[in-house]
Amino acid sequence: MLAFILRRLGQAAIVMMAVALLAFVMFRFVGDPVNQMVGIETSMEEREQLRERLGLNDPPVEQFFRFVWNAIHFDFGISYQFKAPVSELLASRLPATLELSIISAILALVIGVPMGVYAGLRREAWLSRIFLTVSLLGIALPTFLIGILLIYVFSVLLGWLPSFGRGQTVDLGFWTTGLLTLSGIKSLILPAITLALFQLTLIMRLVRAEMMEVLRTDFIKFAKARGLAPRAVNFGHALKNALVPVITITGLQLGSVIAFAIITETVFQWPGMGLLFLQAVQNVDIPIMSAYLLLIAFLFVLINLGVDLLYFAVDPRLRIGRAGGH
Amino acid sequence: MAKPPLLSVQDLVVEFPTRRGTLTAVDRVSFDLAEGEILGVVGESGAGKSLTGSAIIGLLEPPGRIAEGSVHLEGQRIDNLSGEAMRHIRGDKIGMIFQDPLTSLNPLLTIGQQLTETIRTHRPISQSKARARALDLLNEVGIPAPERRIDHYPHQLSGGMRQRIVISLALAAEPRLVIADEPTTALDVSIQAQITSLLKRLCREHGTAVILITHDMGVIAETAERVAVMYAGRVVEIGPVRDVVKAARHPYTKGLMGAIPKVGDSLDRLTQIRGSMPRLTNIPTGCAFNPRCSEVFDRCRAAPRPELVTAGTTRAACWLYAQEREETANG
Amino acid sequence: MTDIAPSNAPQGAPSGTKGWWARFKDSDVYYSFRRSWLAQVSAVVTLIFLIMAVFAPILAPFNPYDLAQISLMDSLIPPVWVEGGETRFLLGTDDQGRDILSTIMYGARISIFVGLASVIFAGTLGVSLGLLSGYLGGAIDAFIMRLADIQLTFPAILIALLIDGIASALIGGSESAMVSYVVLTLSIGLASWVQFARTVRGSTLVEKNKEYVQAARIIGRHPLAIMIRHVLPNVMGPVLVIATINLALAIILEATLSFLGVGVPVTEPSLGTLIRVGNDFLFSGEWWITFFPGLALAVLALAVNLLGDWLRDALNPRLR
Repeated sequence: MLAFILRRLGQAAIVMMAVALLAFVMFRFVGDPVNQMVGIETSMEEREQLRERLGLNDPPVEQFFRFVWNAIHFDFGISYQFKAPVSELLASRLPATLELSIISAILALVIGVPMGVYAGLRREAWLSRIFLTVSLLGIALPTFLIGILLIYVFSVLLGWLPSFGRGQTVDLGFWTTGLLTLSGIKSLILPAITLALFQLTLIMRLVRAEMMEVLRTDFIKFAKARGLAPRAVNFGHALKNALVPVITITGLQLGSVIAFAIITETVFQWPGMGLLFLQAVQNVDIPIMSAYLLLIAFLFVLINLGVDLLYFAVDPRLRIGRAGGH
Repeated sequence: MAKPPLLSVQDLVVEFPTRRGTLTAVDRVSFDLAEGEILGVVGESGAGKSLTGSAIIGLLEPPGRIAEGSVHLEGQRIDNLSGEAMRHIRGDKIGMIFQDPLTSLNPLLTIGQQLTETIRTHRPISQSKARARALDLLNEVGIPAPERRIDHYPHQLSGGMRQRIVISLALAAEPRLVIADEPTTALDVSIQAQITSLLKRLCREHGTAVILITHDMGVIAETAERVAVMYAGRVVEIGPVRDVVKAARHPYTKGLMGAIPKVGDSLDRLTQIRGSMPRLTNIPTGCAFNPRCSEVFDRCRAAPRPELVTAGTTRAACWLYAQEREETANG
Repeated sequence: MTDIAPSNAPQGAPSGTKGWWARFKDSDVYYSFRRSWLAQVSAVVTLIFLIMAVFAPILAPFNPYDLAQISLMDSLIPPVWVEGGETRFLLGTDDQGRDILSTIMYGARISIFVGLASVIFAGTLGVSLGLLSGYLGGAIDAFIMRLADIQLTFPAILIALLIDGIASALIGGSESAMVSYVVLTLSIGLASWVQFARTVRGSTLVEKNKEYVQAARIIGRHPLAIMIRHVLPNVMGPVLVIATINLALAIILEATLSFLGVGVPVTEPSLGTLIRVGNDFLFSGEWWITFFPGLALAVLALAVNLLGDWLRDALNPRLR
């Protein structure tokens, strides 16, 4: 088990280094950092001084390690457009994105898994067909279109919910939350549904497929042949086994929620990291782009590790080796 | 009137609707089984023997269905029971053992969890009593150190061990009948004999009847009392094992017997049946075996298919014997 | 075990006497197409969009790029069935007086071309890398697959955004519509090669160890020739399925990027750009500017998606 965790940690480190390399190359070689930081009137000498002070004349390998070292200490440089430290910008936007993403992920799981189980068990039922049809819409329709549709119906036509922003937020010192005010919660509803819908349909289809796969196995046939009650066969045996692969893929999917938030945040002008990143892409604000990339990669790696540990807890084949009993 | 047989299968027909028409996978199969009797069902793959077993226990995979015929257990008709009523018969009255012990057990539950769950489904006893009964069962099927093994997961056990667990699960509620579908095929040759003799011993001790489905005539010769030979969805010969082995009537059975090596046989070559069994979409008119038969004559190629008739000490579905009987009746 | 599924048997059975059309009509794919009305409807819808894309300059009532045909006098006219609508503009006009129906036709043309081009690019790249990876093995295989793993960690939208962002930074501001669409195509293509590569690599590994490949190697045929002649035809089915599903994804991705306003010109709008521009008029009541392009995009994406779904099931009898 320890070996397994160490191997996974090693893989995570490799992924992080690869992403860091990419971020560094972007940071250093896409556009000239000095040109971005100074005005037109700056003289060549001043530029050269700045270049020297920033260490841009050092060997690239040294610059890379300095970049990584700084990144570990949350120093991602200064944003070109805002002239403020990138880490502060990201930190101020992080709560908005995380609240949106986590609420959406919970929505997708809590609704998606039961729908998938039902559709997998009652393949011919009319409700399953409706679920499948709706899930197709969820997959085929672009997220931004769903967002626009929701805004049009619930904000423009009905006027029930706000169409943009986060509403009133409460500053807890280390975290600004929108979950404590009515306007904050009302503002969250439409973006959260928009962001959750795609994940929800994916999870539903995945759970359904896994359920159908497991229901075909010999051990389910054998469980039925022993006369076990349908409830025990479907939930005690089938669901439990179906959820093992679902954990991995769902974990990965939930990670991508944070990245998909870029679209949702744009549609709803949600003041999160995604919106910041998009503005950075449009204005070629490289420090923010590379910092966002690193941050997303780090969150992914973290989620992956969590998923692996969960997998471990669920599947005895990983937990206990064959020789375990001897 | 004598007591009814434990199991009576009458004119059982299993059909599969497909896009190219309905396939008849089991075609009017009939046989009886007495208490504690071991009936071997032998045939090539695709002969319909596994489907016959699944139909009896009510676990045909859709779209397969019983189209005609009946199945009676202890005098009660069971092929038309509701799903819930049939569930109480499965495990309790009829047990089933599948081919592959590696995939028959749920990998995420311990041996003990699977056993106690099965026991408590059919008997209203406490968890601790069920566990004690599970330990007894493990002991009975020859699992060493059962009190340790009961908390193991399937992947921690060898294939032979796992098949013993499967047998203990099938026998957990002491069913009157066990359908064993190729119980040893997936195992090492060295373990096959152990499992077969274990099954035979347990069923004798508990008076459990067995339908032993296999393509291995050798296993049947050692284990069963009677044997039904199936070909292309039909029983082509049925009778006491000794008679079928020694004096098979149907040319197909003769071919099967020729394919078993015998000790002291001076022949240096095993006989083979030429060709292969027809697909269900493509069953020849007349006797389904006629293209491969070494004793074929005109009658065999014309419809209808031959019915089972008494031929010596066994019953065979072959025009050779039907002809004889017709001739004696006419003359 | 029990042989009850002979329906798969005729598949791929070589028959020299029948023509390909007759064989196609006898195949399981054709049979399943005949039976699925959803697949037929999707195919027809996709075909209509393709025709619209190719012949937009002939079919469209106006040319929205031609300034001579646009008049600000005609701006913000509602669809013909709404009060104030005009028969000249079936689906109304936008703020610059462009005919919505025409902009949709021209927009769909761009969306479909970018989608097709990026799928072809991703497919070529993925299939080549998959073949190389599977056939050569060793360090090259490890490198390519590791790269694929890392890339799979990130959603395609993020990768496409990054590539697009970097590219526009490198090229600078002076870009024509053509250049930005090429950048868009490359970004989408680079974001979606992994699935092709993985599938092809898997099949290559299986094929590589088959006896006929060993035999071909012994008689001295070039390994690459073997791969292309023997492995490629075997993976065309799955590659076709992935390509179809990816076409839907690419169209959505293109629309999303255009909606986000990354590196696409407003002068030659795709469906996504039209939706973005129209979005601003949603609150002032001019819903048609964004609604009809949105509807067109939704129908197109859904049809291609359904087609891909059906194709996957039809080529995979086990899942039926």
